[in-house]
Amino acid sequence: MAASESDKDFVVFDRVQKSYDGEQLVVKDLNLNIGKGEFLTMLGPSGSGKTTCLMMLAGFETATHGDILLGGKPINNIPPHKRGIGMVFQNYALFPHMTVGENLSFPLEVRNMSKSVREQKVKDALDMVQMGDFAGRRPAQLSGGQQQRIALARALVFEPQLVLMDEPLGALDKQLREHMQYEIKHLHERLGVTVVYVTHDQSEALTMSDRVAVFEDGRIQQLSSPDDLYERPENAFVAQFIGENNKLFGKVEAITKGVATVKLPMGGVVKAKAVNCEHGQDTTLSIRPERVKLGASKSSNATDAKVLELIYLGDHIRCRMNVHGNEDFVVKVPNAAGHKHLTVGETTTVSWLAEDCRALDA
Amino acid sequence: MKLKSLLLGAAATSLAVGATAGEITVVSWGGAYTTSQVEAYHKPWIAETGNSIVSEDYNGGLAEIKSQVEAGNVTWDLVDVELSDAVLGCDEGLLEPIDPSILPAGADGTPATEDFLPGTLHECAVANIVWSTIFAYDSSKMANGPTSIADFFDTAKFPGKRGLRKGPKANLELALAADGVAAADIYDVLSTPEGVDRAFAKLDTIKGDVVWWEAGAQPPQLLADGEVAMTTAYNGRIFNAVASEDKPFSIVWDSQIYDLDLWVIPKGAPNKDLAMEFVAYSTATEQLAAQASYISYGPARKSSAPLVGSFHNKPDLAMGPQMPTAPENFGTAIQNDFEFWADNTDELNERFNAWLAG
Amino acid sequence: MSDVANGPVLAADGTPLKKRLSQALFRSKLRAFGLVIPLLLLILMAFVAPTIVFLKRGVYNDEFAKVMVNSQPLLAAWDVTSEPSDEMYAALVADLVQAREDKTIGRVATRVNRELSGTRSMFTSTARKAAKMEPPFKDALIDANKKWATTEVWEAMKIANKTWTPAYLANAVDLKYNADGSFERKSEERRIHLKLFVRTMEISVIVTLMGILLGYPVAFLMSSLQARTANLLLILVLLPFWTSLLVRTTAWIALLQGEGVMNDLFVLFGLAEDQNRFSLIYNKTGSLIAMTHILLPFMILPLYSVMKTIPPSYVRAAKSMGASNWTAFWRVYFPQTIPGIGAGGILVFILAISFYITPALVGGESGTMISNFIDFHMRSSLNWSLAAAMGAVLLVIVLFLYWLYDRIVGIDNMKLG
Repeated sequence: MAASESDKDFVVFDRVQKSYDGEQLVVKDLNLNIGKGEFLTMLGPSGSGKTTCLMMLAGFETATHGDILLGGKPINNIPPHKRGIGMVFQNYALFPHMTVGENLSFPLEVRNMSKSVREQKVKDALDMVQMGDFAGRRPAQLSGGQQQRIALARALVFEPQLVLMDEPLGALDKQLREHMQYEIKHLHERLGVTVVYVTHDQSEALTMSDRVAVFEDGRIQQLSSPDDLYERPENAFVAQFIGENNKLFGKVEAITKGVATVKLPMGGVVKAKAVNCEHGQDTTLSIRPERVKLGASKSSNATDAKVLELIYLGDHIRCRMNVHGNEDFVVKVPNAAGHKHLTVGETTTVSWLAEDCRALDA
Repeated sequence: MKLKSLLLGAAATSLAVGATAGEITVVSWGGAYTTSQVEAYHKPWIAETGNSIVSEDYNGGLAEIKSQVEAGNVTWDLVDVELSDAVLGCDEGLLEPIDPSILPAGADGTPATEDFLPGTLHECAVANIVWSTIFAYDSSKMANGPTSIADFFDTAKFPGKRGLRKGPKANLELALAADGVAAADIYDVLSTPEGVDRAFAKLDTIKGDVVWWEAGAQPPQLLADGEVAMTTAYNGRIFNAVASEDKPFSIVWDSQIYDLDLWVIPKGAPNKDLAMEFVAYSTATEQLAAQASYISYGPARKSSAPLVGSFHNKPDLAMGPQMPTAPENFGTAIQNDFEFWADNTDELNERFNAWLAG
Repeated sequence: MSDVANGPVLAADGTPLKKRLSQALFRSKLRAFGLVIPLLLLILMAFVAPTIVFLKRGVYNDEFAKVMVNSQPLLAAWDVTSEPSDEMYAALVADLVQAREDKTIGRVATRVNRELSGTRSMFTSTARKAAKMEPPFKDALIDANKKWATTEVWEAMKIANKTWTPAYLANAVDLKYNADGSFERKSEERRIHLKLFVRTMEISVIVTLMGILLGYPVAFLMSSLQARTANLLLILVLLPFWTSLLVRTTAWIALLQGEGVMNDLFVLFGLAEDQNRFSLIYNKTGSLIAMTHILLPFMILPLYSVMKTIPPSYVRAAKSMGASNWTAFWRVYFPQTIPGIGAGGILVFILAISFYITPALVGGESGTMISNFIDFHMRSSLNWSLAAAMGAVLLVIVLFLYWLYDRIVGIDNMKLG
């Protein structure tokens, strides 16, 4: 049981704080446990503290307060090169004066491995990323995607238990980025290595991760699986940051059996699932566009909505409406038979289930 | 390092001079020396004639005259040069001939050709002063100082560094004099290969103790800084340090090597005629004597000697005994042999430099 | 489509596409060229042309042949070994008379004197008497100066007579060019130039190495600091540029001389005895210290601009892969700064090789460089041909080193910023 316990706490951030200037905390009281073999993504807008956390884990920044543990041991005082953590950088950081093969061989050389071992491992790593024929090339002769693969191979070639990735796909175009997301995910699944991945791209985070830590203002706002993050956001920031979201502001009138009655400023009253709100306090209601239906239905919140804009998107029609005074209320109308044809300016009825509408912090 | 100063004829307008006022460019060595010329020659001439003078400084040598003449773009009218350069420049056709008949007779009526010291009038040049290379020491640091050139080479008796000009000229002569060669025989000895070897051998004895200087301003500085115990120098520079800056320096006149400074006019000088007038004016008895109260260089005219007074701002400092030509200083004087150096400069320079580097 | 594919590709108006393209490019090239024309003309007229004209002096000298028109063909034909003929003596006297009249005798005398010391006065004094000489001229000349009987003088004249001559180049590398066309090494006590070339290289190399040693950490510090602090340091690095070279050199004299600040401090801290102070100036040490200081900015700036472009992620990547600080620096960071070292090194080396004011002021005799000799022959001895020849040798050395650098490191691998 002890082993599995340490597996669960392979990486531990224990009340970690970080400040650069002694005046402001970039990371405020971070607690995070990462299990062995897990793919954890630190997601957040720039300046939210996610990269700082990654750099502290890698050893390039020191924590101002608190402990970071790796495999149960505090690593605050261990220099980066003794931590045995693989890392993929945003700009790949492939050494321009070395060939691809030499780049991959570098971590093995500093570990004093014999030449034959090195050659075998380099070959295996290159084959793993389907770059077997490129050992003799210089990084500058490779495309962005190829460089990305080499950077990945280099971070994995010395078989670290933990690999950190700092926005590794940021420089690639959309198609390549999506392709690489799957490759990284498959590599992770195949090798069982622990990955801590930093990105500001939520779809990347949702696609690849076992768990996602959403960072904002130096804190983790929510740490959960991708589907929880999307469907059960715990606060207004996460709801807004992950996926598309309709917001309504109101005041909690009552909470009964987990259902909040929220009075809206325009006069309407809405029922919502009470997640993160208190009686008598302001609240933000969050409803995903795809959970809003056209027309009224029983036991749901129904209200009038004025159509402001229609955008044809093939599989669905994106409809911007005025709902309870929110002029950016979006509804996705499936482009399927049996759906009502809307026109701009008309007033129609929209509705949603109370459990699809989450009452969160103001 | 070229300082230009335009000395405008202040009196030009007040004095009704018939000739239209002109301007000449006079080039000299700068420092106290140029000052003495400005005071003794330029200012009175400007006041009398209404002409003006542009005064420029240079570091000696014929290079600039040669470039100007060869490029056909002569801007200098009159240049103060050493004897060797005057003769070389004349031979190479870089200089205008100067007819000695334009020079005024001495104040005592002696014709110019007889009034000037022997060897001071040349086909293309008229001497104004006699200067000399002497050696000096700081008397505040050496109570019983050196008295002869042999002492200069005796580092056992007088320990300390020696300052010498970087070049064979003067050093070889002094070495032979210190080695016991009489002043009159020095160039004869030096004309033989054995004599050159002998001179270098003598120099070898102090080679490790020598600080080499190149510009005339350096030796007084080296003495003042205590960098050297004694150094060769131009006598005017040492005198100036003593008279104007109250430095405790003493000059040893034994085996002084004297030389001339002369006026020359570059070939094709733009204001040649005016420059000739200035040559005649500035080398008159009174002007040469007046210059001697600003700097301790001897006038080139015999008739100037009795008129030499005291230092311009120190009435009790008589200039007569400070002159290289003063009898008490002149006993063992060596006259720089221009011809010897013209013939042997290249070879002796090479040898000297090789000796230095070796 | 198929017929087009077979022939040359045509533009819309039917002309071959290649031709159209080169026409279009030609116009833009012409425009670009127009922009550099003023600078190009300036460089050609103010730098390239004078340099070539001056370098020509190193191998071409007609001072003798131009004046001695009668002797010229005879000397050229003379076989060196036989006695000079009466015809040659007569021609010589005629030339001397003419040269004396034209005031060109000085140049001829100087020219011959460069080949054989002591002949200058022989020429000028003989020329004064030449007009009155009567045949037989051989006796008349020997009467005037008995050295006219020696073949040495005639050999010197034969060398001087050659207009295109390797004599100066030979002199620049301590060789003597003989009248019979052979070369021999100069006598031991006159060999100086090779020693100086070697010393110039030595000083330049040491200054370059010291520049790298001292400049690298400074550039590294600057590149790793925040922009504001780095700019402040940059100003400090550039500060010496705002004072004249002469002032900076003179300041070193005040610092380094026997009674100077450094030695006072050494004495104060007991590192030197008062009577036995260090000789830090007027020798090679003085040249090295002052030159290193003066040239340091030329090393720091290219290094800094190269280092600034190296993202910190390279070293981080190396460390994350297990490289120690030293390994990460030496294997990853340092190789990427080589272009900066190359640029700074070449810049400093080439500037150092031609330094002359500083060594003249603080170098003493052991810190003298070849440029001081070029300067000496330009300004003092007026032997411009030798100065040109020495300059040519220096130029060849620099070009050779440049070529060597290209072979070893590669010129493309040099970054100034």
